[in-house]
Amino acid sequence: MTEPALVLEKVSHAYDGVRAVAEVSLAMAPGELVSLLGPSGCGKTTLLRLAAGLEPVQEGRVAIAGREVARPGVSVPPEGRGVGLVFQDYALFPHLRVIDNVAFGLHRLPAAARRARAMAMLGRVGLAALSERYPHALSGGEQQRVALARALAPRPALLLLDEPFSGLDIRLRDRVRDETLAILQASGTATLIVTHDPEEAMYMAERIVVMRAGRLMQDDTPLGLYSRPANAFIARFLSRVNCLHATVRDGTVESPFGCFAADGIDDGVRVDVLIRPEGLRLGGADGAAARVLAVHPLGHSTIVVLRLEATGAELRARIAGARAPAPGCRVGLVVDPAQAFVFPCTGPVASG
Amino acid sequence: MTVAAPAGRAGRRLGRPLVDGWSLATAVVAALVGVPVVVVLASLAVPAGPVWRHLAATVLPEYVADSLVLMAGVGGASLVIGVATAWLVTLCVFPGRRLFEWALLLPFAVPAYVVAFTYGGLFDYPGPVQTALRDAFGWGHGDYWFPEVRSLGGAVFILSMVLYPYVYLMARASFLEQSVCVIEVARTLGRGPWASFVSVALPLARPAIAGGVALAVMETLSDYGTVQQLGVPTFTTGIFRTWFGLGDITAATQLAAVLMLFILAVVVAERVSRGGARFHHTSRRYRALPRYRLTGWRAAGAVAICTVPISFGFLLPGGQLVVWTLGPGFSAIDRDFAALAATSVALAAGGAALCVALALVIAYGVRLNPRRLTRAAARLAGLGYAVPGAVVAVGVLVPLGWLDGRLDALARALLGVSTGLLLSGTLVALMFAYAVRFLVVAHNGVEASLARITPAMDGAARTLGLGAGATLARVHVPVIAGSLLTAALLVFVDVMKELPATLVLRPFGVNTLAVRAFELASDEQLAAAAPAALAIVAAGLVPVILLTRSIACSRPGHARD
Repeated sequence: MTEPALVLEKVSHAYDGVRAVAEVSLAMAPGELVSLLGPSGCGKTTLLRLAAGLEPVQEGRVAIAGREVARPGVSVPPEGRGVGLVFQDYALFPHLRVIDNVAFGLHRLPAAARRARAMAMLGRVGLAALSERYPHALSGGEQQRVALARALAPRPALLLLDEPFSGLDIRLRDRVRDETLAILQASGTATLIVTHDPEEAMYMAERIVVMRAGRLMQDDTPLGLYSRPANAFIARFLSRVNCLHATVRDGTVESPFGCFAADGIDDGVRVDVLIRPEGLRLGGADGAAARVLAVHPLGHSTIVVLRLEATGAELRARIAGARAPAPGCRVGLVVDPAQAFVFPCTGPVASG
Repeated sequence: MTVAAPAGRAGRRLGRPLVDGWSLATAVVAALVGVPVVVVLASLAVPAGPVWRHLAATVLPEYVADSLVLMAGVGGASLVIGVATAWLVTLCVFPGRRLFEWALLLPFAVPAYVVAFTYGGLFDYPGPVQTALRDAFGWGHGDYWFPEVRSLGGAVFILSMVLYPYVYLMARASFLEQSVCVIEVARTLGRGPWASFVSVALPLARPAIAGGVALAVMETLSDYGTVQQLGVPTFTTGIFRTWFGLGDITAATQLAAVLMLFILAVVVAERVSRGGARFHHTSRRYRALPRYRLTGWRAAGAVAICTVPISFGFLLPGGQLVVWTLGPGFSAIDRDFAALAATSVALAAGGAALCVALALVIAYGVRLNPRRLTRAAARLAGLGYAVPGAVVAVGVLVPLGWLDGRLDALARALLGVSTGLLLSGTLVALMFAYAVRFLVVAHNGVEASLARITPAMDGAARTLGLGAGATLARVHVPVIAGSLLTAALLVFVDVMKELPATLVLRPFGVNTLAVRAFELASDEQLAAAAPAALAIVAAGLVPVILLTRSIACSRPGHARD
């Protein structure tokens, strides 16, 4: 097996005494695409900067392509690490044409080879025709691709993308995401994508690492993350959830929807039962009685707001298609146990 | 996948040293620039000699009294003139407003010592004004009263007329920055236009106005040329007299130290007066401030208020210089003049290049390593501008003279030859002084323009394989080239105008336009001094034009007002 593209070992970092990253360990295989997901301020950008060498490592160590580049007191400067970095705002050099931006990292090559390689990279991102333009004359999506071409041109062992799509408007974002994914897969470069958008993380990567308050919370596949969230925070962060309060008795939790297993939680502990909107099904006669309060058709699906008669709790269900009962109807509600999660109550959880 | 990677030896070799080169360079530059100030202040610890005791018993009270009167007079006058004119051109409409908007900066172009000697020519007993009065009314000598230019009052008047633009500039910028919303809120809360200006706009502008007054007062304390021309004894003239007249450099340094204490007092007073009043703009909505249309006698009054300072600070002295230059002594623009101009330009260009280069080192050092230490170093380097040229001269010559002595002794011991004055009698001393005095001028510009480059730009260049130095050369410098040039231009003009430090530190035989104009004027050869003075004023117009353009664009969403 070849050397891992990136190894972080118990890496910690603090700004003026405030912990931004705490004992994070992570390894990436060559060619692997990993999303680093977390709310803003969770330390994910700091982790990226530590990997790139833009911040010195205070604790732990960093290795890139099998070479140790950082441990406390020792830090290979960013120019010696062979990583590509695409910034949130792209950071294109405003005084250089597109071609010179892409050729910037190829300064060790002779001029002709430099130009040829830069042109080839621009061709791969589909921007060969714009090579003589200046960055300000490009659209947001084009700037993003130039930044990608510039980072990939020196053939880095590791590519780091910091919120690469957040500067784009929503219409453009989906298209640029697909294009970027195709370019990354074609280049075969190990890539770490930082994002705060769970859908983006799941769409882009085969593996997602979730961070919160400087700590690594879960490292899983997109589906694994969705179906087996490690804690209430992750369950809530991935999508909006309905929350029922309950107490564990005899290893189970009772609810209007029946019993849920509360594995590994002691009796008497107060818990939250988190149910995804898509985990609520309308219409079983044996279901819990609820009254429809409002209906929000979204086209591909419909959000139904209901009040549970047993407890008075307000719930949201997401059902496929546009066929929904009218407000005021009484319906039976059934829960898909795979979409319901039981976690000890941690008090109010800050939303991302 | 394994978490353990082979222990790298490469890491150790490429390790980042505890103190990197850029931080070290920043600290060294700051320390060098701080040396003169430290030397001067340290002289207070030296026991007072007989000359000092003599000074303290005779002239020191006069220096203190004169300096206090100058500070109070110039501070008060520039406060009134600056705020009144700034308020008129930003918040009122009257004929000629747009012209006055930039013309009020013109006095910035004229060094005070030039105004002083043109006033001497204009208003003295044999001058055209008094002669015309005598001819018109048939008065003789002693028949009438006329204000004496060569007096403390004359100095206050002249300095106020050229230094009020500091207050004008700061007050105007502050009025323009204020969001129209806060003023409109005051209006909706029942304040009239005048009341909302007094209760909202003026208090918001207070920190800026205090800053402007402090600058004017510091320039007043720094002035040497004007008070020397007018025969008003102050600290700066006292330093020179003690040094060259009494030949006691220790006493001169101690005088300089007392002057520094005055300057520090002004700095502290400005900070205190600002107190916690650092206002943040709470609204980001900008629209043209409502202006009040002045008509009739009000408009005439506004025109008069704006015309007076421009006339006394620029038109009158400038016109007199033109008259003298074009007068019978027109031949004054000759080869001698060309040589002076060439020397001035060369010194100014050298000083500008040096200051911009050092400013770049400091600003980039702080950017790379924004630690408390580097930040403090940068602030220390900024102190020099507050230090009067006469003090810088003393502070530079004392340590360099000492170093020369050591070098000479060393060379004689080792090589058997005397090196003489390697540093203190050469351009090294002069350039050192310019760096101390004007570094902050370049630094402000460089720092501001560097700050506009996002840190991501550095990260991008570094991850693409460039070192810190190469990144500076290939990314930052090209991007901010225009600002670097502007910064260089500002230092260039400041060096052109600089008088006391150049007067003392210039190598033997080196003469500049400023020194020549001052010397000729001191010899009462006013017409002969005019061409050189006019050239300095012309150079001084450059930053005025730059300022005019930058304040026109300073208001968000207000490119052309």
